[in-house]
Amino acid sequence: MFPASRYSCQAHRCARLLQKIKTEHATPQLYTALHRRACSTVSTPRITTHYTIHPRDKDPRWEGVEMERFADEADVVIVGGGPAGLAAAIRLKQLANKHEKELRVCLVEKAPQIGAHTLSGACLEPSALTELIPDWKERGAPLNTPVTEDVFSILTEKYRIPVPILPGLPMQNHGNYIVRMGNLVRWLGEQAEELGVELYPGYAAAEVLFHEDGSVKGIATNDVGIAKDGSPKDIFERGMELHAKVTLFGEGCHGHLAKQLYNKFNLRENCEPQTYAIGLKELWMIDEKKWRPGRVEHSVGWPLDRNTYGGSFLYHLNEGEPLVALGFVVGLDYTNPYLSPFREFQRWKHHPFVAPTLEGGQRIAYGARALNEGGCQSIPKLTFPGGLLIGCSPGFMNVPKIKGTHTAMKSGMLAAEAIFPKLTAETLDSETAGLHVPEYAENLKNSWVWKELYAVRNIRPSFHNYFGLYGGMIYTGIFYWIFRGKEPWTLKHCGTDANQLKPAKECTPIEYPKPDGKISFDLLSSVALSGTNHEGDQPPHLTLKDDSIPVARNLGIYDGPEQRFCPAGVYEYVPLDTGNGMRLQINAQNCVHCKTCDIKDPSQNINWVVPEGGGGPAYNGM
Amino acid sequence: LSCKVLSSVVTPCYCFVSPQIRVKPDNTGVVTDGVKHSMNPFCEIAVEEAVKLKEKKLIKEVVAVSCGPQQSQETIRTALAMGADRGIHVDVSGKDYENLGPLQVSKILAALAKQEDAQLILLGKQAIDDDCNQTGQMTAALLDWPQGTFASEVSLEGDKINLVREIDGGLEHIKINTPAVITADLRLNTPRYATLPNIMKAKKKKIVTVKPADLGVDVTSRLEVLKVEEPPQRQAGMKVETVEDLVVKLKEAGRV
Repeated sequence: MFPASRYSCQAHRCARLLQKIKTEHATPQLYTALHRRACSTVSTPRITTHYTIHPRDKDPRWEGVEMERFADEADVVIVGGGPAGLAAAIRLKQLANKHEKELRVCLVEKAPQIGAHTLSGACLEPSALTELIPDWKERGAPLNTPVTEDVFSILTEKYRIPVPILPGLPMQNHGNYIVRMGNLVRWLGEQAEELGVELYPGYAAAEVLFHEDGSVKGIATNDVGIAKDGSPKDIFERGMELHAKVTLFGEGCHGHLAKQLYNKFNLRENCEPQTYAIGLKELWMIDEKKWRPGRVEHSVGWPLDRNTYGGSFLYHLNEGEPLVALGFVVGLDYTNPYLSPFREFQRWKHHPFVAPTLEGGQRIAYGARALNEGGCQSIPKLTFPGGLLIGCSPGFMNVPKIKGTHTAMKSGMLAAEAIFPKLTAETLDSETAGLHVPEYAENLKNSWVWKELYAVRNIRPSFHNYFGLYGGMIYTGIFYWIFRGKEPWTLKHCGTDANQLKPAKECTPIEYPKPDGKISFDLLSSVALSGTNHEGDQPPHLTLKDDSIPVARNLGIYDGPEQRFCPAGVYEYVPLDTGNGMRLQINAQNCVHCKTCDIKDPSQNINWVVPEGGGGPAYNGM
Repeated sequence: LSCKVLSSVVTPCYCFVSPQIRVKPDNTGVVTDGVKHSMNPFCEIAVEEAVKLKEKKLIKEVVAVSCGPQQSQETIRTALAMGADRGIHVDVSGKDYENLGPLQVSKILAALAKQEDAQLILLGKQAIDDDCNQTGQMTAALLDWPQGTFASEVSLEGDKINLVREIDGGLEHIKINTPAVITADLRLNTPRYATLPNIMKAKKKKIVTVKPADLGVDVTSRLEVLKVEEPPQRQAGMKVETVEDLVVKLKEAGRV
């Protein structure tokens, strides 16, 4: 189907629903400078230039450009250098060494170095790490801060209600470590390299490749040298193809390739849609007198109302300097389009229980990332011919514990253990060219990962009741603490997060206090701290399926919620140069790759695709 | 058309992507732990120029050099992926590395140039972490070679080099003899991407590690850093209504 007719259909639908909206229907032949100038005088200026929306084989600027790709073969290709991907790589090489087999394992990661896009609280349960690398302590794994104190509170605007953490409650942290996840991931990367894994940071997997029989053949890395308007630059180079017998997809929460795989292989037909939250985090160097290494603080309640899921964390690290990691999580099923997770975070810091810790301190880092909250109800089918899903991508987070790293690592290890015998078998026993390894999913169901997730499956959905937070806590107290999740029913979620937003006219705007510059800060200075940057002259990687929908629908009905839920200020509605009306401006360079927009856009019009590898945040031990 | 061995210098610099550079609590320097290190942008341009000259068959071989700890090898690999033939890693680590400055680097480069019998040294004009802009000039002086700094255009003519330099007054055209030192400025070229297949091939190219002592170079620093501080916070300005007010305010501040 040509883009022209696709635009026509959508535009006509818009026009019918929302009275007269004039949109230019771009016909493929007219991607010339002249046409572009003509476009800008119409109410919907062209925003999206990415080739996933405007294919290059129909684009005259790409005629004659060499599109052949160099291809290489590996045994296993892993997409994503996070805890799951690295655990899988390490386990594969451990098995290969133990059985004296040769195995080529290649891992691609979009961050410029391993760990630079990693962001997490984090309180790590070391169970999976100990299974993977029993002598992690001797090898210098950066688990330096055992948890010494565990504090849980319900906050009101001025006060704090302490909640006792009885043994057996999910948020009890005895035996766990506060870690800087970026450093742990970097250490895992070093362990992987020592074992012979080929790590390629700075190269993003942009496309899934398929055999003729429909099974996954591998991936292709991103092309480089495409200009902002979508045309080829002199330095244009095609990405490279990495073929593998089996490909592991560990892109983290809401991966963009996983999104394509769900559709292609119908992996979500028997599970609920995934639900998410956004987590924002800062690192602070505080006054030594306030520093209590090993202390873990969690809170719920203020500033969120009882029907908005979320809460805070504040961890005192013990790595030689008075550093605390703190942050705020907001469930993305919130209903008020005026809610800004970033500003909720900033105002939470002023609470009388929190502010004293930060007074006199200095903020040294900021970042944000979406996390999955669906639990076992939302886990899709995990295997398909030629590939598997691991880690937070399918989503194994234990929500009440707020921990997903141990389950992600275990899923990577189980994947490796399931694949290895098939790869090294005498004969390649597979119906399809790409290996299908359903054993991985079975092994996962029989492992402690599933038991753990099953026990807590009803806690998050229990918040969807009239009493919101309080109903959820009572449910947790009775059914989890006493009955250990053995109740025979499984509660459902409410549908996709994107569908939960109410129209702006049904909601009240929230009055947020102005940042004071000492404890709370404005968005742009925070984004600067994330160190995020992208090559400026490339098509924006926040692509819109239809350029006219943001103003027509997102702004018209929901007052542009993307201006508020993006933690990096990527989306701005600015007045048109002609004076009447607004347009959406996408500041793609600010993006911190959190994926919240792809999740929460009420029109599901935003499709996050991977930008040129090496771009994105530059987190250091986040 | 004469064939030469070309030595291209590649300086790994702390590419502080985060603007929030932190001074160490003891004020002896800035925090470099875990900060992303990458090739100095001007050195990328120098490597690109060297590779272009090789592709035009004007020079025989491109050797990428970097002075620093083990991580510098990553930067050399990037140069190899861009087209350099082999790499030399001069191993300087710890306190020596923190104190490594243009004088020490130029001594090392001069020694290497003699050892490798290089005819041309191409460097970036300055490193973006210290902005010294001295290494190229010092190297030329130590070797007693002509220098073409801030080059925005380079062309070889027989055994001489035509150079266009970017200077304050405009563009200067000069012709220098070889062997010579050239430092690259921003507009010399646009460096190519180091694509993944080239990074993979670069793993097979050779990198030799040497120590400064092997080259007969003493890397002790002539400078002692007394203190590193953050620049003072910018004070808010003041608006005045009339010129008289301005004069009064200036007098109050003791400036007039």
